[in-house]
Amino acid sequence: MPNLEERYDVAVVGAGHAGCEAALACARLGLKTIMFTVSVDSIALMPCNPNIGGSSKGHLVRELDALGGEMGKNIDKTFIQSKMLNESKGPAVHSLRAQADKQDYTREMRRTLENTDHLTIRQAEVSEIIVEDGRLTGVKTYSGAVYHCKAAVLATGTYLKARCIYGDVSSYTGPNGLQAANHLTDSLIANGIEMYRFKTGTPARVDKRSIDFSKMEEQFGDKRVVPFSFSTDPESVQKEQVSCWLTYTNEETHRIIRDNLDRSPLFSGAIEGTGPRYCPSIEDKVVKFPDKNRHQVFVEPEGLYTNEMYLGGMSSSLPEDVQYAMYRTVPGLENVKIVRNAYAIEYDCINSRQLNATLEFKKIKGLFSGGQFNGSSGYEEAAVQGFMAGVNAAMAVLGREPFVLDRSQAYIGVLIDDLVTKENHEPYRMMTSRAEYRLLLRQDNADLRLMKIGHEIGLVDDKTYERLLWKEKEIEKEMDRLEKAVVGANEKVQNFLERHRSTPLKSGSTLAELVRRPELDYFVLAELDGERPDLPADVAEQVNINIKYAGYIKRQQQQVAQFKKLENKKLAEDFDYSEVPSLRREAVQKLNLYKPMNIGQASRISGVSPADISVLLVYLEQLRHQKR
Amino acid sequence: MKKTDTIAAVATAMSSSGIGIVRVSGEEAFDIIRRIFRKKNGRTLEQMESHRAYYGFIWDGEEKIDEVLVLIMKGPHSYTAEDTVEIDCHGGVLMVKKILETVLKYGARPAEPGEFTKRAFLNGRLDLSQAEAVIDVINAKNQYALKSSVSQLSGAVSERVRGMREKILYEIAFIESALDDPEHISLDGYGEKLNEKLEPLICEAEKLLQSADDGKIMTEGVKTVILGKPNAGKSSLMNVLLGEERAIVTDIAGTTRDILEEHIRLQGISLNIMDTAGIRETEDVVEKIGVDRAKQSAEDADLIIYVVDGSCPLDENDREIMKMIRNRKCVVLLNKTDLSQQVTAEELEAASGKTVVPVSAKEGTGIDLLEEEIKNLFYHGEINFNDEVYITNVRHKAALEETLESLNMVRESIESGMPEDFYSIDLMNAYEQLGTIIGEAVEDDLVNEIFSKFCMGK
Repeated sequence: MPNLEERYDVAVVGAGHAGCEAALACARLGLKTIMFTVSVDSIALMPCNPNIGGSSKGHLVRELDALGGEMGKNIDKTFIQSKMLNESKGPAVHSLRAQADKQDYTREMRRTLENTDHLTIRQAEVSEIIVEDGRLTGVKTYSGAVYHCKAAVLATGTYLKARCIYGDVSSYTGPNGLQAANHLTDSLIANGIEMYRFKTGTPARVDKRSIDFSKMEEQFGDKRVVPFSFSTDPESVQKEQVSCWLTYTNEETHRIIRDNLDRSPLFSGAIEGTGPRYCPSIEDKVVKFPDKNRHQVFVEPEGLYTNEMYLGGMSSSLPEDVQYAMYRTVPGLENVKIVRNAYAIEYDCINSRQLNATLEFKKIKGLFSGGQFNGSSGYEEAAVQGFMAGVNAAMAVLGREPFVLDRSQAYIGVLIDDLVTKENHEPYRMMTSRAEYRLLLRQDNADLRLMKIGHEIGLVDDKTYERLLWKEKEIEKEMDRLEKAVVGANEKVQNFLERHRSTPLKSGSTLAELVRRPELDYFVLAELDGERPDLPADVAEQVNINIKYAGYIKRQQQQVAQFKKLENKKLAEDFDYSEVPSLRREAVQKLNLYKPMNIGQASRISGVSPADISVLLVYLEQLRHQKR
Repeated sequence: MKKTDTIAAVATAMSSSGIGIVRVSGEEAFDIIRRIFRKKNGRTLEQMESHRAYYGFIWDGEEKIDEVLVLIMKGPHSYTAEDTVEIDCHGGVLMVKKILETVLKYGARPAEPGEFTKRAFLNGRLDLSQAEAVIDVINAKNQYALKSSVSQLSGAVSERVRGMREKILYEIAFIESALDDPEHISLDGYGEKLNEKLEPLICEAEKLLQSADDGKIMTEGVKTVILGKPNAGKSSLMNVLLGEERAIVTDIAGTTRDILEEHIRLQGISLNIMDTAGIRETEDVVEKIGVDRAKQSAEDADLIIYVVDGSCPLDENDREIMKMIRNRKCVVLLNKTDLSQQVTAEELEAASGKTVVPVSAKEGTGIDLLEEEIKNLFYHGEINFNDEVYITNVRHKAALEETLESLNMVRESIESGMPEDFYSIDLMNAYEQLGTIIGEAVEDDLVNEIFSKFCMGK
């Protein structure tokens, strides 16, 4: 008999960015939820870089916000600098990134969690999952307490059997010296779950007072800050910002690294985990790109009430003395004092192929998972998965339809589809190039794409939803007006065009046609547009983009229509592919292994050819008729 | 990629005679026919009645292609249950191909192997009991297509396509890594640089298109291999058939050490004919390689012409060749009838089990009989063109045309000052299209290229 027994609807294991979103989603949907963490002080901890967002990650945060997640709101409350990246590029790749005050971020998220009804926070290490007849029925802690639940979300991040390493120093702890979770892995393996071992790393934190900023370039935030959350009042985020600083490594830095490579655990073989290629340590960069004689180093504040600074671009697992030597070759860091060493961290995670697109384990009903535990990397990737896993756990408990986003709806859909459909051998990072339909999946229209769904789920309130409906209508009305409004080839118009280096008109033109000219846009055309209504900035932005890039957008919409045809052809979970006559053996094996949800997903599995898909379609059609 | 669902293919066997039918199926089938068909009086088909044939001409813009009958079938009353148009034209491989190309140019995409049958089935036009037969058709056609597209694509062409893809992928990866990590990688002034790099790529695509037109990308025709032991007169035969001195002929056995390949038309039949090294046991390393190649190409051949030297007795080498031609389409030539005969036609016919034609390649006698025999085999359906080769060729051409169009779009985007992320959309399209030619899908190429070539931040 366990010493302590309690009952919940949902148990969430972990309180990082994935765990927080999962717990909030479940509790907000009215489910009795408990969230476990090895340390309540480390809720929503940012153990690596001090920022949220960035290219494509900013998209994820906005999508999450549109669906009713918390990350966007939390960073809006706690940012200390904000930038819209890629502003000179097309709207599809604009991306928000904000520097966070790390402690503030943690504190605010904790406040939100603590004040959410139905949510219990518990400091304890979950050491076992309890599975009966292929269904999850509870979790057990290291102290022996049993928490019965209908569903659980695993979001253990980098804590499972974590090991931190620099030089020949290695300690069995999670990030920042926090206690690792050393027992759960065994229970997962005993339940037939296949584990991987990944690694990642972080640079040193240094004392601000030991830096000579006069040798660095100052990096400012944007003059006008755009909030992450659609429900944050844009005026509320216009505040004083702090700067980041840019400096560079040099040949001397690289020489020191090369001379000491034999002391790096990455090269000596002491680290066995698979690291991400996109987030290489400085020693990786020096080895892989010998022709580059310098690498950028971004010096970023960790918060307003600390002198600790983050050395972006110089993550490392070299020994302490080498870290000192190499950092001190960098201009401005000649006398730098290290507060925390750089280190690499190894941890257990799963082969994400074992999950359905709902993030539920195929083999264990009621068990969901999200975040770095699934083999991804990054706070934002973690948060969106935690949210999706949490919502699906809630849907399962409530007996409602599962919630899946496809590749044409959201970056979230791309991320999860990639995780559950492709072989993944390194921590997965979101990138805009992974999204086939990125012209449609912009950060600026995440609300228009997803807020309705968030409202249906029950995580977006009526007021926010009504504002969305109003916005939709206004956009449509204004686009309509511009397609009809005609300007003549008169002197005023020709002068205007000349000033903007645009070809003069031969005859009348609609305003929409003029918006489409590369050198013009909706905003500059205000001058010629006497009838223009007073519209909020977010409406005007949509009008401009939709008209300006109409040709490209239409093309992608047609592609999406094709894509949807296969996506809508569902495949049963218990389908046995070896029963399909003439399907190639490789295809049978892969399909039985992945058990795709629909034909579209099947077609993306490597080793399944277009001919296999045709065969499958024909067979399914035959089955369908026979059932009738 | 053309994301249309309207497909087109040649519905008849690609033979040199009779009627050729190009079939178009899908939502846009009628629109396409409106664009390319004009009646005798020059009018287009605005009103169409289902299940009616219209007489007129296919036009590619201002170029008249061929006189045709067009049959209109409104869905669901057609083979695929979709709107379908059948264009009946004057047969002839080149004309059928030309019409198919025109249809593709105006908006259809080439059908996948077996796709018409698949659609007919999926749209409920075929009996359910036929499902397995349909699956077999799809599998067989795919294997055939795969085999022909890989085996018939010349090495030089694949190399050139690969080269282009490599260059394009590098540029996409550069753009994408800059978009993902704008603070580490800058795109300042990139448009101009890319524009310079596009020039040779566009040029290469145009050249490849030109060679597709000349039929040089894929070898078309009946794959015919001339086999025989050394000095049987294979090269002499090749030269007679070609009507020129192409192969080197000497009295020395083993002169031909590699495979010579030529394209000839024999009584309206297109033959892709290969002269091979004589088959014999040999210690000479170079000659042995030639012999092995000869055996290999005989295995892939649609038709074998086995040349026997009538002036010397049959030996071990002949017996080995006869083993190879068992169960194969083959004409046996009893050569050197101008010399005194050691082998009789009857004897040879009994030994090989094939029709024997006596000839003298040197004198050029009996060649007409050989041509007659090949023609008979062909028209009685004993041997076929490799239809898929033609279709694949058309498919490749369509892919090249789209590559070219995409590259030109990139250039346009650069010139009109579009943001850089738009370049990569069209570059990616070009990359995908080129991939279809050499049978390579995209998968994770881009992500791998980004990580291997560019140093990302953090």
